[in-house]
Amino acid sequence: MTGGRKSAEGQPLIRLRDIHKVYPMGDDELHALDGVSLEIEKNDFVAIIGQSGSGKSTCMNIIGCLDVPTSGEYFLEGRDVSRMDEDEQAAARNRTLGFIFQQYNLIPKLTALENVELPLIYRGLHERERRELARQSLERVGLGEKARNLPSQLSGGQQQRVSIARALVGNPSIILADEPTGALDSRTGAEVLDFLARLNEEGNTVILITHDMGVAGRARRVVSLSDGRIVSDVRGRAGEGAAGAAAGCGA
Amino acid sequence: MNIKQSFKMAVKSLQSSKMRSFLTMLGIIIGVASVIILVSLVNGLSDDITSNLQSAGTNTINVMIIGRGGNRSFDAEDMEALVDDNPEYFTAYSPGVSAQITAKNGTVSVDTSATAVGEAYAGIQGLEVEAGRFIGYIDVERMQKVCVIGSYIAEELFDGAVYEGSTVKINGASFTVIGVMEETADSVQGSSDDVIYLPWTTGTRLAGNASIGRWSLQARDVKDIDRAIEVAEQKLFLIFGSEDSYRVSSMSQMIEMLNEITGTMALVLVGIAGISLVVGGIGIMNIMLVSVTERTREIGIRKALGARRRAIMSQFVIEAASTSAAGGVIGIIVGVALAFVAGRILDMTVVPSFSAVLIAFGVSVAIGMIFGYYPAGKAAKLNPIDALRYE
Repeated sequence: MTGGRKSAEGQPLIRLRDIHKVYPMGDDELHALDGVSLEIEKNDFVAIIGQSGSGKSTCMNIIGCLDVPTSGEYFLEGRDVSRMDEDEQAAARNRTLGFIFQQYNLIPKLTALENVELPLIYRGLHERERRELARQSLERVGLGEKARNLPSQLSGGQQQRVSIARALVGNPSIILADEPTGALDSRTGAEVLDFLARLNEEGNTVILITHDMGVAGRARRVVSLSDGRIVSDVRGRAGEGAAGAAAGCGA
Repeated sequence: MNIKQSFKMAVKSLQSSKMRSFLTMLGIIIGVASVIILVSLVNGLSDDITSNLQSAGTNTINVMIIGRGGNRSFDAEDMEALVDDNPEYFTAYSPGVSAQITAKNGTVSVDTSATAVGEAYAGIQGLEVEAGRFIGYIDVERMQKVCVIGSYIAEELFDGAVYEGSTVKINGASFTVIGVMEETADSVQGSSDDVIYLPWTTGTRLAGNASIGRWSLQARDVKDIDRAIEVAEQKLFLIFGSEDSYRVSSMSQMIEMLNEITGTMALVLVGIAGISLVVGGIGIMNIMLVSVTERTREIGIRKALGARRRAIMSQFVIEAASTSAAGGVIGIIVGVALAFVAGRILDMTVVPSFSAVLIAFGVSVAIGMIFGYYPAGKAAKLNPIDALRYE
């Protein structure tokens, strides 16, 4: 995977330095992020938690290369994202990030397999290779036999598993999950979280964005946001973390 | 994203809303169908006319003598010399002068045109005799008072019952009918069936020894017809010393001219039909704009998963082009079918041209791409976060 190659030795996977994000609101300005600095190491399982309006969604958009900060620096695998143009950001999303959304965000006209194939299409892989990888990814989430189903023919939990398969298929450096359990009942939600924990144990970096402390408790490290600032950064289940404890703290 | 993938997506979204797709395509269908119908009919018309003219022989050269009363005139000996001296270019010649006359059988009379001809005339003009025989060499040589009548005359003067020895009074002089021509134009008054042929020697005498102003020449080979015309013109120039005294033209020149006229006609008609193609293109643009709005979220998902601008752009352009091309194919089928129906009803030959079909298809694809470009650009420019949040 090219993402790994670009990561300079000793660099954290993600480094946010004094990130500000300001939205104009009429005459006023909304400071969605107000000086956030954060480093995330490889193989970590981080939850970013906060109430609505805390800036956690903005934080996730910036980490996910879906948005650029107003000021500050963001290095993803050692590369400065804020200096990338739109197509370079698209390439970074495609190769480095796997998204899991609250609303699954599957394309309704495409079958489960075709949905999982999408990131590989944009990576330019050939059809046969794509098919094979997508099938493997679906089998990994236990939906091998549902490959030909449309999203509307799947339950909520199954749809979320398809979206996990889609996030995994490109073998990204980071799994970015935005409220992955928000639309699921507690039992299926727990299954999804178990799955994310297992992915982390298998060596994936997982970033979880949630407002639910119970969900965040599954992570090794919990970063709390409030009013656009980091208010606490706690490493839970101490001793399990393979990564160093290095973490920048906001005010 | 490659073209094949975009095309599959396009087919999928066409199938997902069939009624809408059909209505979107309708403008293109109508446009393409009308272009095909018009081209087929004009082609048929031009083929009909051409084959009519060709049956008269494409290797026919018409010579008109205009300048009379000069110190020299062009007579049968001159023409015979021209043909005999240039056997590699000419095979036959015949006068072909027409005059208005009144033909009578008993009390029935009809105003018609009499054409004074030589024995080679029928061969040169591709005319066939239905009954009896055509004017012969002996008839010309001996200035026989014989005639061959067209089917319209046979109908009018004899009720179709012409016998050996039937006679016709032409401007008072009695002529024996030796043949009846084959019907070529439904025996209508004023058509090529409304005619009487006389030996030219008899004819010119009837007209008071007038000189012959029109000749038909038969070229040996159509390929050499331009050279043959030059040879004839040289001879005529030697005699008259002026280019204004004669005019030499060939049937193939006439066909060429006619094709030019029908070609222009086709272009104008196709241009008018083309307007509906543009209207169809606007319809496609309209639906594509709606589709981009409806699929904002899908575009957001695709962008989040790493689709570049160009990938989104090509997806929507190809979708528009596929819609338009599908309309084009349906239009071609409908057009060809309707052209044959119209041809049957109007009793016209229908010639759908392969190139018109190809061009119609190409134009409809191009229209889809042109009118799909703006909506596709709009889709490609969407901001991924806004698109993802779109409800």
